[in-house]
Amino acid sequence: MNIPFAITLDVGSSLANKTGNWRVERPVYVDRLPACNQACPAGENVQGWLYRAEEGDYEGAWRVLVEENPMPAIMGRVCYKVCETSCNRAQLDEAVGINAVERFLGDEALRRGWPFAPPAKESGKRVLVVGAGPCGLSAAYHLRRLGHTVTIVDSERDAGGMMRSGIPVYRLPRDVLTAEIDRILDLGIELQLGTRVSNVEKARAEGGFDAALVAVGAQLSQRAEIPAGDSARILDALRLLRSVEDAEPLRLGRRVAVYGGGNTALDAARTARRLGATDAVVVYRRTRERMPAHDVELEEALAEGVQVRWLSTVSRADAGTLVLEKMRLDETGFPQPTGEYEELDADSLVLALGQNTDLSLLEDVAGITVDDGVVQVGPDLMTGHPGIFAGGDVVPGERTVTTAVGHGKKAARRIDGWLRGEEWRPAPKHELASFDLLNTWYYSDAPRTVRPQLEPARRRTTFDEVVGGLDETNALFEARRCLSCGNCLECDNCYGVCPDNAVVKLGPGKRYQIDYDYCKGCGMCVAECPCGAITMVPESI
Amino acid sequence: MREQIEGSQAVARAVALCRPQVVCAYPITPQTHIVEALGARVKEGSLAPCQFINVESEFAAMSVSIGASAGGSRAYTATASQGLLFMAEAVYNASGLGLPIVMTVANRAIGAPINIWNDHSDSMALRDAGWVQLFAADNQSAVDLHIQAFRLAEELSVPVMVCVDGFSLTHAVEGIDVPDQESVDSFLPPFVPRQRLDPDEPVTIGAMVGPEAFTEVRYLAHARMRRALDLMPVIAAEFAAAVGRGGGGLVEPYRLEGADLVVVAQGSVIGTLCDAIDELRDEGISVGALAVTVYRPFPVDAVRAALAGARRVVVIDRALATGEGGFLAADVRRAAPAGTPLHGVIAGLGGRPVTRASLRRCLEEASRGLLGELAWLDLDTTLIEKELAGLPGGTDVHAGPHAG
Amino acid sequence: MPTAPVKFYQVGSFAAGNRLIDPSLRTVQSELTRSNSLTSGHRACQGCGEALGARYVLDAAMRASGGRLVVVNATGCLEVFSTPYPETSWQVAWLHSLFGNAPAAASGVAAALRSQGRTDIRVLAQGGDGGTVDIGLGALSGMFERNDDVLYVCYDNEAYMNTGVQRSGATPPAARTATTETVGPEPGNVFGQGKNLPRIAMAHGIPYVATATVSEVHDLENKVETAMGIHGARYLHVLVPCPLGWAAPTNQTVHLARLAKETGIFPVLEARDGEVTAVSAIRHQVPVEEYLKLQGRYRHLFRPEPRTEVIARIQAAADANIARYGLVSDDATEPPAGGAP
Repeated sequence: MNIPFAITLDVGSSLANKTGNWRVERPVYVDRLPACNQACPAGENVQGWLYRAEEGDYEGAWRVLVEENPMPAIMGRVCYKVCETSCNRAQLDEAVGINAVERFLGDEALRRGWPFAPPAKESGKRVLVVGAGPCGLSAAYHLRRLGHTVTIVDSERDAGGMMRSGIPVYRLPRDVLTAEIDRILDLGIELQLGTRVSNVEKARAEGGFDAALVAVGAQLSQRAEIPAGDSARILDALRLLRSVEDAEPLRLGRRVAVYGGGNTALDAARTARRLGATDAVVVYRRTRERMPAHDVELEEALAEGVQVRWLSTVSRADAGTLVLEKMRLDETGFPQPTGEYEELDADSLVLALGQNTDLSLLEDVAGITVDDGVVQVGPDLMTGHPGIFAGGDVVPGERTVTTAVGHGKKAARRIDGWLRGEEWRPAPKHELASFDLLNTWYYSDAPRTVRPQLEPARRRTTFDEVVGGLDETNALFEARRCLSCGNCLECDNCYGVCPDNAVVKLGPGKRYQIDYDYCKGCGMCVAECPCGAITMVPESI
Repeated sequence: MREQIEGSQAVARAVALCRPQVVCAYPITPQTHIVEALGARVKEGSLAPCQFINVESEFAAMSVSIGASAGGSRAYTATASQGLLFMAEAVYNASGLGLPIVMTVANRAIGAPINIWNDHSDSMALRDAGWVQLFAADNQSAVDLHIQAFRLAEELSVPVMVCVDGFSLTHAVEGIDVPDQESVDSFLPPFVPRQRLDPDEPVTIGAMVGPEAFTEVRYLAHARMRRALDLMPVIAAEFAAAVGRGGGGLVEPYRLEGADLVVVAQGSVIGTLCDAIDELRDEGISVGALAVTVYRPFPVDAVRAALAGARRVVVIDRALATGEGGFLAADVRRAAPAGTPLHGVIAGLGGRPVTRASLRRCLEEASRGLLGELAWLDLDTTLIEKELAGLPGGTDVHAGPHAG
Repeated sequence: MPTAPVKFYQVGSFAAGNRLIDPSLRTVQSELTRSNSLTSGHRACQGCGEALGARYVLDAAMRASGGRLVVVNATGCLEVFSTPYPETSWQVAWLHSLFGNAPAAASGVAAALRSQGRTDIRVLAQGGDGGTVDIGLGALSGMFERNDDVLYVCYDNEAYMNTGVQRSGATPPAARTATTETVGPEPGNVFGQGKNLPRIAMAHGIPYVATATVSEVHDLENKVETAMGIHGARYLHVLVPCPLGWAAPTNQTVHLARLAKETGIFPVLEARDGEVTAVSAIRHQVPVEEYLKLQGRYRHLFRPEPRTEVIARIQAAADANIARYGLVSDDATEPPAGGAP
């Protein structure tokens, strides 16, 4: 067309007009730290593996997961889910059932026999791990994947530590436990069972190990001085749980009292019910709000008929009867005796007052400091003795499987750095993807998928697993409830809402980039990003 | 074949012969018979695939025409008077966009006071809207000019207004030779737009142009308009060749040979004027006439050539630039030889008949040098004087000499 | 757009795209191959809702027509910011004639295409609220009445923004404009019946009338696609917030459109042959105050002291919309977008 001058123009010619110079602020893509990732004691990249799971790429999701935690099937059963407590979705409807999806992925991996990737190359270094509990196994796994040769030594007949001896089978079926441990060992890790290490430094030197990790856990039950008649039946919770594990359960009688307020106390009470107790009564000196046991576990216990005597201490035990003293909380929340007493019929009293560590293997090692029953370590988990590290229940901190697994990973990475002569420096953390950074309007409302639970009546009498798993549809559904906080989920919103077409879509998996030639800096992409993965920064003028 | 038909019907047939693709219409007297006739032809199917659109206003009529023309179709509409003014914005827009729309203006006065009868106020109001304006002296000319208008418009990418006097032509039944389709087809090829809305070759039509290029845009439009003065005689000659009669072009002289007094006019008054001139010539008065066919662009050179031998010029305007005088007179003044006395005559406003007798009296006065610079044909001076007497300033308003 | 029973609780229903669903179920705006009918380099203000809305609509119309589209544009911001010589931002065949004649010019284009037998080419006309509800209303009504084969799209930013924010027939009550200043005993625009053009369009009995906003691109594109699937006169009224005229931050354009819908101030609906056939339910109803307080044009309703009675009148109007169209319902359905993976 011989088009008329000026009145008629060739299409698209405004590309010559670079409107980017209008801008005073520029949008920049960022990766922020999701609250779940931040909260996870095992340091899992929760958002990262959910992202894969959302796509139905379960193996991919599992592989992202096991970069941090080699035991998702176990974690999906026993973890106390601080990730879900911190989940931003809870402010929208309900938290994403992260734990349930984790269990699904863990079970799927076992079902399909997905193996871990072997180490890329051997380092030639040897590391001794004392203790085959969650911390030790986790450390061994990570060390092995980093190319080190690992030997685990444990005094027990089976590997697993407290996961085996302290967690009842109805919460953690043993085939799952064994399968995940075996998969770790399949990486080429030597396991010496029934071997007690009396001096870790000596063991390290004799074995020619370059470093050692002490992860022996807290296996000793806390004692309490309770005046007791000769025929009173008093036993400790760990022993009770162990006896069930050994298939020689202790005899408890029909009426069982459990003294303590932690998860172990509840496990003991629930176990007692399964062993035939008609009455399982937990005696706890404070209130429900102050109970250290996790809410989920208390709920399950109550649903199974476990009773609780709040604000009570056991002041005397006799055959068939306990004398309880009523307590009251003072203004600091500490329980104080009231001088009021009552009786409780009980054929046996199970003590669940906490666990202590056995640190005899460190006693003669130079430079080690033990304080209040735990080993003092630096931020790199190394003890005062170079090359000897400690983690799990033997160091200060929360005593859960998840924390122990996290310690194992952390210790492995620090040991690896130490072996390579690197000074440890904490990695910079991304800014937290807090709820206010999200544009939640874009997320559809959806209820949380509730994992099927065994009927309480049935589970009182069996040791079948209480909490069931998700099927694939539900797991996918649940994964897709993830808001992907702080991490681009490729929803194309920024690409869509830019009035200046200044967002370039790079294609699947490649995210986007801003075309600063045309971006006027209106900030719409930032405001309309559902997951808070874009920020505005001032333009340097 | 010559036949007796109404002017509007003849124009409608001429337009139909041009195979318009979109015709839109809004009723206004005295233009309605034309579009009624075209509407009937479209409805009966004889003009297929032409689209006939009944619009809701003249503004829409021109706007639909703009869209149709930009869409690549030959577009036609007709209007008059208030209707032309109501579409004024779109009239300018059509020319600004260079869209070769052809529009009939059935010339009619503009209110207030409202008046449905013939004069040229409407066309004059929009004489500088960037359209070529052709004035028909009679219905044969109206027919011929419409056919030539499409050719001119499309060759130049300029819209063309064909001005046909309301009632005196549109409603007059005369013997008219309407060409046959074959002749018209040989003269007027199918419309090939210079630009059109086309998804296969998309362009932006109607950009905003600022000071940096607006003057150049206007210059180019001006240059294109001026080309009409060269092109129109060529087109007229080709038309004559195609249909076997006619001719003409920019202006039509009548008995100019040796004329001391030349009367310039346009529209249907030409017929009466020629009769008056015949009588005056018979009486020995040396007078001739010049009909201006192409009024915009104004054919200065052709008019100057025609007036070369004139000693005195009279210009009849059928519209008034209030407070000033005649439009045509102002244009002719530019073309008249320097020093030649020029008398403007305002005649036939709002449908007042321009009679041969009145014209004769007027021209006789002119030939005797008695006519002033601005004269009024058949003005009721008694009434005027009475009215003016009541005004501040009294009768001291220069009404000028008049033929009464 | 086909719908599927499986919902994607992440972002499938509302965001432009979603990597988890079939590409055919994502919006046109999420696609690499969208036409960008209005391309970069245009001179619209930062955060312009009209630029956004126009691209949404035209890209969807281009997709629906297989690229066989011509566009007629009324005078206004959209025309001015997109076509200053020597550059145009349009990538479609586009005509600008006048302020008040876009519907008529579009009718002419449609007639031309019909006369040429090129009926595969579709005609879309567009303008702002001034060009639509005021100066172009006569032409629009004529186009409706004749049922010309044109989709007319009004980008409503509720005032004459191009000329410096003067009141239009679409300016809401109490809003400040340059011709309804915040002075005197009743500052801002007067309370009146307004000009509800969607209802006026419905009264013409044309085959399709719909409203939408720039905050829900799935809904908007669905409506464009539906409209493009129908022949005859169709009308789409799109609310496009204007950061300049509404005195709002440039990043709030989409959010304000969302609030206009979620308050009930701007009902989002569809009508066929003059009858309302579907409404888009309010997801999370919010009081009008939430919407008003974000906009400088309503500042005088909050400072120096709150004009609670004025806010209450605006709330009453929103409530009336909610009641009239049933915008809040217990079984409110979410817009479909998902599909099985």
